[in-house]
Amino acid sequence: MKIFRAIGLTLLFLLTTLSSSGAAEADLRAIIAKFATAADFSETGVIVRELTATGDPAVERPLAALAEGNLYIRAADSMVFVGKEGSDSIQLFDPLSGEAAGEASADDLTQIGVNNTLRRTIRDALGTLTLGSKDPTVRIAAADTMFKTPDAANIEPLDAAIAGEAVASVKALLEQARAASILVSDKPDADKLAAIALIGARGDRDALSLLTSVEANASGAVKEAATAAIASINSTLALWDAGQNIWYGISLGSVLLLAAIGLAITFGVMGVINMAHGEMVMLGAYTTFVVQQVIRASFPGLFDWSLVIALPLAFLVAALVGLAIERGIIRFLYGRPLETLLATWGVSLILQQAVRTIFGPTNQEVGNPSWMSGSFGIGQLAITWNRLWILVFALLVFGVLLYVMKRTPWGLQMRAVTANRRMAASMGIKTPWVDALTFALGSGIAGIAGVALSQIDNVSPNLGRGYIIDSFMVVVFGGVGNLWGTLVGAFSLGIVNKFLEPYAGAVLGKIVVLVLIILFIQKRPRGLFALKGRAVEA
Amino acid sequence: MRGNFAKITKILSAGVVAAGLLASASARAAEDTIKVGILHSLSGTMAISETTLKDAMLMLIEEQNAKGGLLGKKLEAVVVDPASNWPLFAEKARELISKDKVAAVFGCWTSVSRKSVLPVFSELDNILFYPVQYEGEESERNVFYTGAAPNQQAIPAVDYLMSKDGGSVKRWVLEGTDYVYPRTTNKILEAYLKSKGVPAEDIMINYTPFGFSDWQTEVSAIKKFGSAGKKTAVVSTVNGDANVPFYKELGNQGIKAEDIPVMAFSVGEEELAGLDTKPLVGHLAAWNYFESVNTPENKKFIADWHKFIKNNKRTTNDPMEAHYIGFNMWVKAVEKAGTTDPDKVIDAMVGVSVPNLTGGYSTMMPNHHITKPVLIGEIQANGQFQTVSKTPGLVMGDEWSDYLPDSKDLISDWRAPLSCGNFNVKTGKCGGKGTN
Repeated sequence: MKIFRAIGLTLLFLLTTLSSSGAAEADLRAIIAKFATAADFSETGVIVRELTATGDPAVERPLAALAEGNLYIRAADSMVFVGKEGSDSIQLFDPLSGEAAGEASADDLTQIGVNNTLRRTIRDALGTLTLGSKDPTVRIAAADTMFKTPDAANIEPLDAAIAGEAVASVKALLEQARAASILVSDKPDADKLAAIALIGARGDRDALSLLTSVEANASGAVKEAATAAIASINSTLALWDAGQNIWYGISLGSVLLLAAIGLAITFGVMGVINMAHGEMVMLGAYTTFVVQQVIRASFPGLFDWSLVIALPLAFLVAALVGLAIERGIIRFLYGRPLETLLATWGVSLILQQAVRTIFGPTNQEVGNPSWMSGSFGIGQLAITWNRLWILVFALLVFGVLLYVMKRTPWGLQMRAVTANRRMAASMGIKTPWVDALTFALGSGIAGIAGVALSQIDNVSPNLGRGYIIDSFMVVVFGGVGNLWGTLVGAFSLGIVNKFLEPYAGAVLGKIVVLVLIILFIQKRPRGLFALKGRAVEA
Repeated sequence: MRGNFAKITKILSAGVVAAGLLASASARAAEDTIKVGILHSLSGTMAISETTLKDAMLMLIEEQNAKGGLLGKKLEAVVVDPASNWPLFAEKARELISKDKVAAVFGCWTSVSRKSVLPVFSELDNILFYPVQYEGEESERNVFYTGAAPNQQAIPAVDYLMSKDGGSVKRWVLEGTDYVYPRTTNKILEAYLKSKGVPAEDIMINYTPFGFSDWQTEVSAIKKFGSAGKKTAVVSTVNGDANVPFYKELGNQGIKAEDIPVMAFSVGEEELAGLDTKPLVGHLAAWNYFESVNTPENKKFIADWHKFIKNNKRTTNDPMEAHYIGFNMWVKAVEKAGTTDPDKVIDAMVGVSVPNLTGGYSTMMPNHHITKPVLIGEIQANGQFQTVSKTPGLVMGDEWSDYLPDSKDLISDWRAPLSCGNFNVKTGKCGGKGTN
């Protein structure tokens, strides 16, 4: 493999100066045609290596297609094509030129299988082949691959690439990749020490991984330098770990906040023990699913907007169901907490089973829009986009809700009814309607929480079950009837949980948090931020 | 004398009437159906997995009836809903056997539900077919285990990862949901890995609660564990609902299958149906059946399933195949015994061999487990698995793991004269661990 790659690379640099001739293309085609006869993964692997060894940049297309499982053999004539799946047939393209070559149905084609080992081989091969690409992001990917799979044969092409590199950030990465390759070569120790210093400065997990394997195989000064570099990376990473735990805690807190904030209204403000709260969240998630289904079927271009479109709909759906529950059941049960608990529990079962009957018991796929996929790094901190957006969204919802409660006439009426129902009624407030609308608002908020949670959890009829206990915990801990309490409660529970998890494990961590809350409630039965005054006794 | 004669005629006529009654009763019995119990949760947390199995059973029974039924009678499905509630499983099992007089029961998914019905089946002497992969350490006279035992799933999966094709993995994360199946499986795997010379510091075991949804800390711990310069893999016994957020987090944190592959034992086509599988391509699962298996039997099964369920998008999965095998075995054993009497059927079951869907035959062994091939599949962008490795022959289910100290001396053989589920070969006695 190393020899092949070395040959390939020297050839590559020869070939880049020449334009690829018709003869070379015919050779490539002959090699590609062999894919049709490969019986298993190792034979396919041999052909991949043969292709790489030609060093011709043109092999990038078929290899990339193979790695993605898009290389097909036509059964009729054993020709190899790059395929692109259409709605009911597969479009075919020439593997070298990329020209369209008609289409065929899936039954007439055999997909060439790949496994992880093959994918890795192809990735490494593409890494060396794409080092001279015009696109800096491709060069960065190539440097990254070569860093992760160091090879003494890479040093020469990397030297050439470094000499020709104009972008400083790419150059730094190439130098790190070169350093990694030096460490596995038989270069003198002085070179290796310099390489360790360079890699030590990189300071991330990949560097740590590389240095650990160097440490295990080296001796003398190199081993010592590697040990020292590992120690220094570990100490910086420990700091980043603490930062990461805080971020994870905040992120969990935002999810708890979203799940609980609707309950903070129905339970916190109105005092209704609403066991069907989780099902409102579920309804919101299913609304997102339906919206995405419609978009997929009719307006595929709008997919990235699906969540924005789903938000008002989810609010409406959940709010209407909430309104129906309040008017139909809960209003007859005010002041009878046990009956309310049982009735809403029943409602939750009915809603779950209804959704199960309509949509089936299996999980539904809710896709992530492109702006909510993947992650970005701040230092050694990996922050996933979906978590970040959920945090932003949770705070936004909180802000809007706070505004509604504190600054609008409706909010004022709501608070008045909560504080003293009879007084409010005698001031001319229609208390039954305020009750109904407040409950609808809480349910609607749970619905839009469902839109966000559909991005990180599975959309199944049981979705709500997972959140109901946590939501009550947050509201009770934060202080019933106080929105700020819910905010602080959610984030402190999130952070405490995530700090305990690495040490105690997820199971024990959760138990510890529960015990802590029980102790806390013993001491302060009304939670963190207790409402003061006459309102409380109601 | 006359009186006597009158008496005799009376007795005789009574006898004739009685005989006639009996005959008519047996004639009515012949018209009667054979009842088959289906004990799968149709509501609650497990409905997501078990409803499909109920439908699969209904399809199998319908097909058998179209073929003319069994012993000249029609089969009749009796469906009950134990609602994911473990004690209710026992109640419903009792109802099926005592009230509905079913000839056999197909059901249960979780181990705890199986454990809850075991005493009912041995007390009322009926038959349970259990279709899900499980942790082993059990062999009951009244239960036939058509899912995989650990040596039919977990051990071959780990072997594959250790092989060159699987990436020569040296460092292991055993990630599981906190209940009996993952705990026992991981105990077996840990012992197995250590017997293969993997040092303790290269094994990390972690458990999360049921339905866990915030995987950030766990996934970054896996990343951290994987950056020690050795090839790392995750062996996941994470159950059902918790898998979707787990895989989403893996995808978002950029853990690629080429770098740290995840080998799952509870993720099938059904679980992937709720996921965008593009970021997961290359992650693995070990089963005895994949929907993508290309055999005529499987093609027919899938076509029948789509027709029965009236939805071309519904997937098939491993436990469905287990029911397919189990049901056909039961049919064959009943035909062999000529009766549905559970005692006789239990004796007739051992040695029965029926085609499975992966192009071979599965046979019921004396330990009430079956022989199966083990397949390793990689997740594809279309939500299916591509088989990357298949055991050369069939693997016989091993109920008592050879890698656990308290069970390695136990064997099970339900044929006479041994007729024992936990025979200790060291002491030569029946009994010991696992008498439950």
